[in-house]
Amino acid sequence: MKINKFIVFGLTKLTLIHILLMSVAVTCLLPIFWMVRCAFMSNETIFTDKALIPQQLELGNFVIAWTQGYFAVYLLNSVIYTVCVVTGIVLIASLAAFAFSRLKFPGRKVLFYMFMAAMLIPLPGSFVALVVLMNKLHLINTRMGYILCMINVGLSMSILLLKTYFDRIPHDLEDAARIDGCGKIGIWWHVALPLARPAIAVIVVFNSLTVWNEYILATLLLGDSQLMPLQRGLMVFQGANSTDYPVLMAGLTMAAIPVILIYIAMQKHIVKVFSSGEVTG
Amino acid sequence: MNPRVQSAAILKNNLQSLLFVLPAVLIFCIFYIYPFLNMIFLSFHEWWGIGPMHFIGLQNYTEIMSDGLWWDAIIHAGYITLIALTFQNALAFALALACDRDIRMGQFYRVVFFIPPVLSEVVVGLMGNWILNPGLQEGQHIGLLNHFLSISGFPHLVHNWLGDPSTALTTIAVVHSWKGFGWGFIMLLVGLQTIDKQLYEAARVDGAGAWKIFTNITLPMMLPVILVVMVLTILGSMQVFILILSMVNQGLVNHTDVPVTGILTSMIGHGRFGYACAQAVIFGMILVGVAFIMKKLSDKVKQA
Repeated sequence: MKINKFIVFGLTKLTLIHILLMSVAVTCLLPIFWMVRCAFMSNETIFTDKALIPQQLELGNFVIAWTQGYFAVYLLNSVIYTVCVVTGIVLIASLAAFAFSRLKFPGRKVLFYMFMAAMLIPLPGSFVALVVLMNKLHLINTRMGYILCMINVGLSMSILLLKTYFDRIPHDLEDAARIDGCGKIGIWWHVALPLARPAIAVIVVFNSLTVWNEYILATLLLGDSQLMPLQRGLMVFQGANSTDYPVLMAGLTMAAIPVILIYIAMQKHIVKVFSSGEVTG
Repeated sequence: MNPRVQSAAILKNNLQSLLFVLPAVLIFCIFYIYPFLNMIFLSFHEWWGIGPMHFIGLQNYTEIMSDGLWWDAIIHAGYITLIALTFQNALAFALALACDRDIRMGQFYRVVFFIPPVLSEVVVGLMGNWILNPGLQEGQHIGLLNHFLSISGFPHLVHNWLGDPSTALTTIAVVHSWKGFGWGFIMLLVGLQTIDKQLYEAARVDGAGAWKIFTNITLPMMLPVILVVMVLTILGSMQVFILILSMVNQGLVNHTDVPVTGILTSMIGHGRFGYACAQAVIFGMILVGVAFIMKKLSDKVKQA
């Protein structure tokens, strides 16, 4: 009867583990589901109808958010900022990482450690000085100013990731390209960038999330509602229509769903960052 | 080759190479180094954002030392950090241990637990605000949490979670943990997977129980990863503020203040740029100090 006891014990343990995992998974998903569900309700039913799947589904909230809540503008702005910042980071960081990994020039080590130090030193409230600077440069309330600031935010981490990746590219490939007549730029473009595609994918995913979700700089640097990205727009909308919950939930859904879908599609790349130890180490 | 031609070639080569790092270095100097130095410079001045600056030496700093609201804010952030360190990280560790095996739907859990971290703080905050809504309409609780409590037999637990100063901070910390535990989960899980499974086997053959295996193999092997997760949790939780801005709108002025909202208030609310910079410098030094102590600790662990 000893074996039976073990089986019973094992089964109970497994059941308990599954109950724990399942309940946390439900806790993760339920609020998001509730948000999406409430986006399809009307102002009359949202306060009282608590059914998981309501009888009447209302699509109008998305139309209202899109047309009257400026969400079309916010969403477009968020896409513009994300695309520009991520493109900028990939180009600028890969040029610098390539130089740090493959080229020899005076000050190479010092400059590289400067970027790394920036990643280690937490700078809370650096936005105060940034606002002062942007005022001086007349870049406040401009797309350009916000984009440049956000490129700076992602630069250090992207340079580090790409440099570790470039370091692993065998020198033979580089030499072969040089014999074929490639200059430094040619090697960067034809050899380093194509080979670093997995690292670039990670950088694109992480920086896209950062830019898409960024709030505080967008708030301090962009006062014009024509320039605001989604996160800022959500807060503005909530401040102005604090009781119009269905439309607010529609806006939140529009902000959250693209992120969740991109995350699920790119999930393998995100986990790779952790397993390679480049962030954790 | 003529030495002059040669040195000219080296110079040209170096300049070319420097052009590669120039964009990055320029952006970094303008948007990181300069604001950083300017922040320290401004912290010794009284300045209202416009008009003349007055050098006042250490006056901003001495004022911070006796600023009760500021130290309350630090304590609030410390409280949130404490909950994140214990509750959030214990949960993350338990879940990572549960997933570190061939388990049905393991991949599903891994994906789901990391969904809250990819959402923005604004989305989580506004969503939380709606779910915790304390209102009543036609005898029904508006917020999902209170509704759930009342229909599942705990009507006495129904509460104005965010409106009551005594529960607001804890509620924020729980939402913050909800958003953050996925980070620790993934990092700890990856760490657990690097432990050689044969170690467990060998211990089991030697007759070690599950608890003994956990304390003698898993914990010591995981200590470096645990310390990294702890550092990131501390730095992340001390600097939380967007979540608070989006969860409590104005209602509780001083009860849910944290350092970064304090800096924001000094800057926007009072227009005291110099004082805000001094607060940022002090807070930055506190964080660097904590990170430094944790680094020393993890070095010691690695040596042992």
